[in-house]
Amino acid sequence: MSARDEGGRPPARVVGGDPEQVLCPGGPVLLRGAAVVETDDGRRHPTTRPVSALCRCGRSSIAPWCDATHKLLPAADRPA
Amino acid sequence: MRLPTPRGPLGEQVHAVLRTRPGPPAAASSPALLGSGVPDDPEDTALTLWVLHELHYRGFEEVDDAWEWAPTLMPLRQSLEQDLEGRLRARFAAGWAEVDPTDDVTVLLGRIVEADDGPSLARHLQRHGTRDQALALLRQRSLYHLKEADPTSWVVPRLSAAPKAALVEVQFDEYGDGDPERLHHRLFERGMAAAGLEHAYGHYAAEATLPVLEQNNAVSLFGLHRRLRGAAVGHFAAFEATSSVPSRQLAQGLRRLGVGEEMAGYYDEHVEADAVHEHLALVGVCGALVEEEPRLLADVALGAWTCLDLEARTATHLLQEWDAA
Repeated sequence: MSARDEGGRPPARVVGGDPEQVLCPGGPVLLRGAAVVETDDGRRHPTTRPVSALCRCGRSSIAPWCDATHKLLPAADRPA
Repeated sequence: MRLPTPRGPLGEQVHAVLRTRPGPPAAASSPALLGSGVPDDPEDTALTLWVLHELHYRGFEEVDDAWEWAPTLMPLRQSLEQDLEGRLRARFAAGWAEVDPTDDVTVLLGRIVEADDGPSLARHLQRHGTRDQALALLRQRSLYHLKEADPTSWVVPRLSAAPKAALVEVQFDEYGDGDPERLHHRLFERGMAAAGLEHAYGHYAAEATLPVLEQNNAVSLFGLHRRLRGAAVGHFAAFEATSSVPSRQLAQGLRRLGVGEEMAGYYDEHVEADAVHEHLALVGVCGALVEEEPRLLADVALGAWTCLDLEARTATHLLQEWDAA
């Protein structure tokens, strides 16, 4: 079951910059370098730190960024 | 900062020495200070070691800066550090299985973090704690948070390229990404002031509990000794990997208790920052260090386990004091 099936938000898309992307298994994707991401509602969010963690579980309280909520999910519900 | 009130005869003697001007090495007296060995008074010895370590950070108004490297007190400092290190290693040996040298460091650190079942001050304050308890916790935390990230910076020149680049990437973020107003210990300072607390560096050392002193001494011990660089980065990684979720709970608790938006904002920053730092610390710093120096694996585990053990002791102590265990 994906985060979306459970009512979670889909991850934001990188629409600006060319950040290096580092996938954290079960957790966020790290963006290294300046970037702009776009959420489903069309809003754009620039990064504000050299490395940013983009939520992939869909349940972050500070979306589009990661707040480590994925750690509280059962392993099966965490992103691959 | 001024010297805190000593907690026993050792501290009284050391403070008296520190108020003099450091003389030539021959005037050494620290073996005499120790008499027959490290006194069996944990509070006295912990606060004394904290004072001696602080000579390497910001020092004390009434203490000559030359005491930082004056040989007179070095034997005493070394005895106190050996005593602490021995205690930390004994606790680790009793609390965790022997480290398998073939283990993957990130998997091992993950297991140490997963196994941590200490009580949570953040969960208590999120829904139940009182405003007085929140302020008491902030005073205890201020010993570290007002020099946040500094003890880990001692490690930088002891690392090779890969772990060094990863550590400095985290430290740059801790230090505000070039903006002093975003620097984490500056954010905590502003939070303290807004909460009506004294924000001067080291002000609350006099009321620091034993586990808080031990946590601060451990991180200075690991940071100041190149030999212990594995433990230093292990401690750092465990801290970063266990900070994001409790920071969110604390921010909620601080808002619920009306402690001040600035202090809640300090914890908001850690929710976001430490979700990033966790991966960089575990994989980028610890992973790279152990790949280059596999024999450091056990010390990385020691540092990580010690960080969580001392946090559990801190929580147990405060929750018991608040009758909230």
